[in-house]
Amino acid sequence: MEEPTKIQSKLISKFSEFLDEEAILSDADELRPYECDGLSAYRKTPLLVVLPCTIEAVQKIMAICMRFGIPVVARGAGTGLSGGALPHEQGIILSLARFDKIIDINADHFTARVQPGVRNLSISTAASSYGLYYAPDPSSQIACSIGGNVAENSGGVHCLKYGLTLHNVMEITLVTAKGELLTVGSPALDTPGYDLLSLMTGSEGMLAIIVEVLVKLLPQADEKQLIMVSFDKIETASHAVSAIISSGIIPAGLEMMDRLAIQAAESFAHAGYPTDVDAILLCELDGSKEDVSEQIEIVQRILTKGGAVDIRIAKTAEEQAKLWQGRKSAFPAVGRISPDYYCMDGTIPRHQLAHVLESMNQLSKQYDLPIANVFHAGDGNLHPLILYDANKGELEKAEKLGADILSLCIEVGGTITGEHGVGHEKLDQMCIQFSTQEIQQFHAIKSSFDPHELLNPGKAIPTLHRCAEFGAMHVHHGKLPHSDIPRF
Amino acid sequence: MFDHDISAQLIEQVNQAITDKHCLYIHGARSKQFYGNPIEMEHRLDVSPHSGIVDYQPSELVVTVRAGTKLIELEKLLIAEGQILPFEPPIHTENSTIGGVVAAGLSGPRRPFSGAVRDHILGVEMINGRGEVVRFGGQVMKNVAGYDISRLMAGSLGSLGVLLNISIKLIPAPKQEVTLAIEANSQQAMTLFNQWRPTPLPISASCFYEDCLYIRLSGGVKAVESFSQRIDGDILPSAEGFWQAIRNQKHEFFDTLDKPLWRLSLPPATPALRRFESDTLIEWNGAQYWLYSNAPTNIIRDIASKHGGHATLYIGDRPGVNYFHPLPSVSIMIQKRLKQNLDPHGIFSSGRLYKDF
Ligand SMILES: Cc1cc2nc3c(=O)[nH]c(=O)nc-3n(C[C@H](O)[C@H](O)[C@H](O)COP(=O)(O)OP(=O)(O)OC[C@H]3O[C@@H](n4cnc5c(N)ncnc54)[C@H](O)[C@@H]3O)c2cc1C
Repeated sequence: MEEPTKIQSKLISKFSEFLDEEAILSDADELRPYECDGLSAYRKTPLLVVLPCTIEAVQKIMAICMRFGIPVVARGAGTGLSGGALPHEQGIILSLARFDKIIDINADHFTARVQPGVRNLSISTAASSYGLYYAPDPSSQIACSIGGNVAENSGGVHCLKYGLTLHNVMEITLVTAKGELLTVGSPALDTPGYDLLSLMTGSEGMLAIIVEVLVKLLPQADEKQLIMVSFDKIETASHAVSAIISSGIIPAGLEMMDRLAIQAAESFAHAGYPTDVDAILLCELDGSKEDVSEQIEIVQRILTKGGAVDIRIAKTAEEQAKLWQGRKSAFPAVGRISPDYYCMDGTIPRHQLAHVLESMNQLSKQYDLPIANVFHAGDGNLHPLILYDANKGELEKAEKLGADILSLCIEVGGTITGEHGVGHEKLDQMCIQFSTQEIQQFHAIKSSFDPHELLNPGKAIPTLHRCAEFGAMHVHHGKLPHSDIPRF
Repeated sequence: MFDHDISAQLIEQVNQAITDKHCLYIHGARSKQFYGNPIEMEHRLDVSPHSGIVDYQPSELVVTVRAGTKLIELEKLLIAEGQILPFEPPIHTENSTIGGVVAAGLSGPRRPFSGAVRDHILGVEMINGRGEVVRFGGQVMKNVAGYDISRLMAGSLGSLGVLLNISIKLIPAPKQEVTLAIEANSQQAMTLFNQWRPTPLPISASCFYEDCLYIRLSGGVKAVESFSQRIDGDILPSAEGFWQAIRNQKHEFFDTLDKPLWRLSLPPATPALRRFESDTLIEWNGAQYWLYSNAPTNIIRDIASKHGGHATLYIGDRPGVNYFHPLPSVSIMIQKRLKQNLDPHGIFSSGRLYKDF
């Protein structure tokens, strides 16, 4: 193995042939902002950061890294919450931040062709003059990039009705590990061959580099109503969620916040939330005026019958925006009431909501760490925020509590991650959710695209060794997991 | 519905194929045998007896079903709970199975409005190329743990594994549906589609055939009533039967036998294809053309490509012609590697999608 500095200078000289000086960062000071993503508990320093702005440059970078066996970690805006963009110490960070152009908005086809570094929200902003918008809206939408959204298959408040990133992306242009150009999907409604679009969406920078995305745009709804409902018990709120969905209505968004989250959000955003209730639901209904007026009546009836203590329908667009603002700023709001927080992302069947929320409450007491809940209730996608203080050495305890919550999600038939990805963080939990054979199948996919494991190595899919060491208890068809691997 | 689990038998047959090094043709009712390139069919793996509902809780809007379950029976069960398959797949025969339409990746009239097969697959249990039972995805709405192998199975035509169980996301059945028939030529039909696209008109299916445009409106009672009054057309009395015929490819249009039938998939707002005025039936608000034509393959495919779409030889016999639109070499290479890695013994039908894999 060559010394890091030697490899670094070799790479700098190679990259300088086609990148300008500002596009290559190598000083310790310059590298520091890239040490972590939104999950700042994990940090590493990369060899270099490169910031190309053309597809050809990305191709050349990949070809060079392939030749020298240098790991490449793609990075969008670095808002990821699972350590997906955590650098590799012997590798480079390939930042897509300079790919920040909206190439085209097609008001006939209802599509936008964008570069990967474009911020999620700016697509809707640009499309709004045509009466269109891009539906998936992660709470981080003012900052996160569309490339990162595709890499994580991100969700948002409105995914209940309008689908995840996967359902709103039509075509992706990628650069492979070898530096070749690959297009998956198409502007039509289907594409022949294997569905590589599905495979690429949510592939966490492990299969190829996303360099262009064609997204679907939707016409803005004619009518939108937002209901805020208060409950004096979280259990009642949970049942109300199932009752609404069972009634045959799919709200545009159906979000829940518990007492701690409400209080934090209210004192931060002054959204007008009641701070003396155990839970609130935000339920948005949209569509034609006729449909919305019909649905709002049904939903009100269900909620009243379901034990809501207060039902408030936002009267103006401003009031709606304010209520949503509180929800969307809930994470930073919780960040203000605790020195640190750790955000989990399990998804469970909806009918398990009450049970899982109560079990988490027990776990919170057991570990003596508060949990604030603010999440996509309609999708069953939980976001428990575990409050802790790293300076008091509570990180490990918080991680253990988080791991217990994820195990609970798997137990009730759910998954360890609904939208934030596995990244670096949930590798061990992957060993619980999947069997040896399943993990092997994931590796078979990876090696079809990246046989030398240069793209984001070590993330998203654990090695079988790691699972054996972790000794996870995935009991599959009554067999002990990973029994075929030596244990140390 | 009775429950019949033959997975043990299927696993045994897969393992036998690995030992004997022969290739398996996986099938259900064989109602889509016409679809795709011809392949070796000597050794068959019949999944159709593997049928029944594994789990169905209507409040979750998810059903988990064995792959051999008949579509007709599945839909009967769902509609009794006021739910439907969002992608309205074709039911070619009364025995057609859910595994078959998922493997073929075929969606029907509702596709542009509520999504394709792959959009609604939440998870699968399957036998992989090593004869192991593996599960991907699950029954929950959002799941990003691991690569999305369950959706990759949609449209893979039995070349990557044997589907055992499939979890599918459902939607509530619309409370009201009305179909309107509007006299129009193809250009006028396209103009109407473009006018309607930005509006909240609740279209759930459209079909243009022989100077008549049919649109189905679905949704709440009030909305459907009010929108149908705003459109200048006649209410079609036997709408249910009409859409069943379109969906199941049993409409008189599909009776022609003397020319190959092409399926063109095009971007939503593609202008009417003047080259193909007759012998066509247009669905999906202009995004899907059914076309009988003796025109040379390359001409049909060039037209589709020029508009950003692709053309499939859906039914027909054209020696030497690939049934699916040619792909760029990088894509072929990667898909070939995928196939090799997921089916290392080469036991699942090769060549049905492309000759290389
Ligand atoms: C306050 C806050 C709220 C959030 N709310 C939500 C939410 O509601 N829903 C949700 O889903 N997520 C949410 N997130 C998580 C995060 O914003 C999303 O995962 C987002 O999609 C990440 O985008 P990014 O551009 O920041 O990607 P990064 O963090 O830079 O990267 C994420 C992953 O994608 C890969 N990647 C990035 N760009 C590319 C590319 N061009 N090609 C290949 N791989 C690439 C990286 O290697 C990494 O693995 C939230 C985060 C924060 C901090």
